Amino acid sequence: MGRYIVKRLAQGLLVIAGVTVFVFVVTRMVGDPVKFMLPLSATEEQRDARRAELGFDRPIPEQFVDFLGDLTRLDLGESTYVRNQPALDVALDYLPRTFQLVAFGMVVAVVCAVPLGILAARRPGSVVDRSLTTLSLVGLSVPQFFVGFVLLIVFTVQLRWFESGPGPWQKNLVLPAVCLALPAIGRLAMVIRSAMIDELNTQYVKVAKAKGLSQARVVAVHAMRNAAIPFVTLFGWEVIRAFAGYTVVVETVFNWNGLGFMAVQAIQNNDFFLIQAIVFVVAVLVVIISLLIDISYKLIDPRVKLS
Amino acid sequence: MSATEEITPGQVEEEEHAVEAEDALFGRPFELSGAANPRGLWGDLVRDKMGIVSLVFLVVLAAAAIFAPWIAPDDPNHGDLSSSMLPPVWNGGTWSNPLGTDWQGYDVLSRLLYGARTSLFIGIAVVAVAGTFGVLIGLISGYKGGRTDRWLMGWVDVQVSFPGLLLAMLLIALVGGSVLSVTVILSINGWMVYARMTRGVVLTVKERPFVEAAEMVGSKSRRVVMTHILPNITTPLATLAVLEFARIILAEAALSFLGLGVQHPTVTWGLDIARAGDHELFGNQWLILYPGILLSLTVLAVNLLSSWLRVALDPQEREKKFAATATAGGAGAGTGV
Repeated sequence: MGRYIVKRLAQGLLVIAGVTVFVFVVTRMVGDPVKFMLPLSATEEQRDARRAELGFDRPIPEQFVDFLGDLTRLDLGESTYVRNQPALDVALDYLPRTFQLVAFGMVVAVVCAVPLGILAARRPGSVVDRSLTTLSLVGLSVPQFFVGFVLLIVFTVQLRWFESGPGPWQKNLVLPAVCLALPAIGRLAMVIRSAMIDELNTQYVKVAKAKGLSQARVVAVHAMRNAAIPFVTLFGWEVIRAFAGYTVVVETVFNWNGLGFMAVQAIQNNDFFLIQAIVFVVAVLVVIISLLIDISYKLIDPRVKLS
Repeated sequence: MSATEEITPGQVEEEEHAVEAEDALFGRPFELSGAANPRGLWGDLVRDKMGIVSLVFLVVLAAAAIFAPWIAPDDPNHGDLSSSMLPPVWNGGTWSNPLGTDWQGYDVLSRLLYGARTSLFIGIAVVAVAGTFGVLIGLISGYKGGRTDRWLMGWVDVQVSFPGLLLAMLLIALVGGSVLSVTVILSINGWMVYARMTRGVVLTVKERPFVEAAEMVGSKSRRVVMTHILPNITTPLATLAVLEFARIILAEAALSFLGLGVQHPTVTWGLDIARAGDHELFGNQWLILYPGILLSLTVLAVNLLSSWLRVALDPQEREKKFAATATAGGAGAGTGV
């Protein structure tokens, strides 16, 4: 177990290294951050001055060494949008809001997906099963930002049940969380469904039924535990997807001031160092979450050998 | 990632048990009944109502997108305030603007048609670029094996864990959004699935007698890969490419929605939803709904088509579907995700 964790940590560091190289190539070799930071009206002299100030005019290898040095010291430059604050601190300040949204959204997703998946698996091919399957396909096909707008139109503009934007979480968290959860519900329900269909056809479930155990007990105690393995894999991916992209869209639609919202704000306000810091924070987050998922397999299924 | 691989054998085992169980139930081996599809691919599609409706929808949409310059009522970026917010034709409007105009006087139908052009083009371009590169890497990785395989798959594993959307945002913020930059960044983000899938198929096919025979008679490795191994990828590749096409359309729309995709004057649905959302959330909400509904229907049609394709091309899936029809009187597997 210990050796496995060390190995996975090394793999995680490799991912961070990959992101580092990618960001460096994109920002220092492909794109021009100074052109992005300064207004279009800036003269070439002003741009050169800023380039010299930030060290972007030096040879590439020298810049790379510097970039790595800054990273190890956790110095990701200063945010210009949020005045004179280290970009990393700004990013970390907004992280809890995103956590709140993802946590609530994932709870909604699991609470909805598990019963729906089990319901569909009880009679494969039945009307209930087919409608749920089709519905989940629809849920996967509708773009999340459009779902967001439909929710806003119905519940905020027409019915006035909820507000949007940063405010009391009870009132403002519901819609973004539901919006974040919807595609996840479709995918998770389908995984539960197919895993349960497989499990309910196994010998051990038949034995349990033959012994006279109730359907509820067979499903909850016997089949669920094994069906949980593919579910955990996919659930982990949902959490990662949420942090790595979906929250950006959802937070933007609902003006939820988390990390994703800030990423868009940073770009709109030409805050180069803030968007760079957000990329790194999310990359580290994704590595940590995928490590946690891999370890959790062992806890659910003792047959899994971690190597 | 490696723990996922650890689990897979167990899952395969379970699937095999399920297959055995079904065999016992119906008393017919998979290979026999699955070997030939008596109705053929086309006959299968005609019977799948959802599949045929999706196909017709997509063909019409593609035709509308290709011929948009000729059939669109107006230039999508032409309009002025004097002709803004005209009602649709069923609400007192005229046929020169069938769906009315938006607050800038742009013709809504024309923008929808030109938006389809952008979405479908980027979708196809990304699938072509990412698919070619991914299949190539997968072929090399699976066929060469050893150190090459470890390095290439290590690269895939690392890049799969990248926060793709954020990196795409960063790149597009720096180089500017255009059809080209969006296509490139979405291809960079999307080739890994093809590589993994191809490698998996190559690994199973490589050990088969016909490949060994080809190697024994002295075929060069390029010939073995291209003429003996590559054709085996067609079926899973077709299904994957269609699924990816749907995902790319959604990704492009999301980038455009954030203002970090294709820019004005190129028309895209995502950007139009964002514009209407900013401007008309409390006004004429149909301006948000039109592009949103069309985008959703497109992705839904592609997804339905891919699930039909999966069932139609895969003998095992077809058998499952047959089993479902035989027992439950309904084609349950047909719309599985």
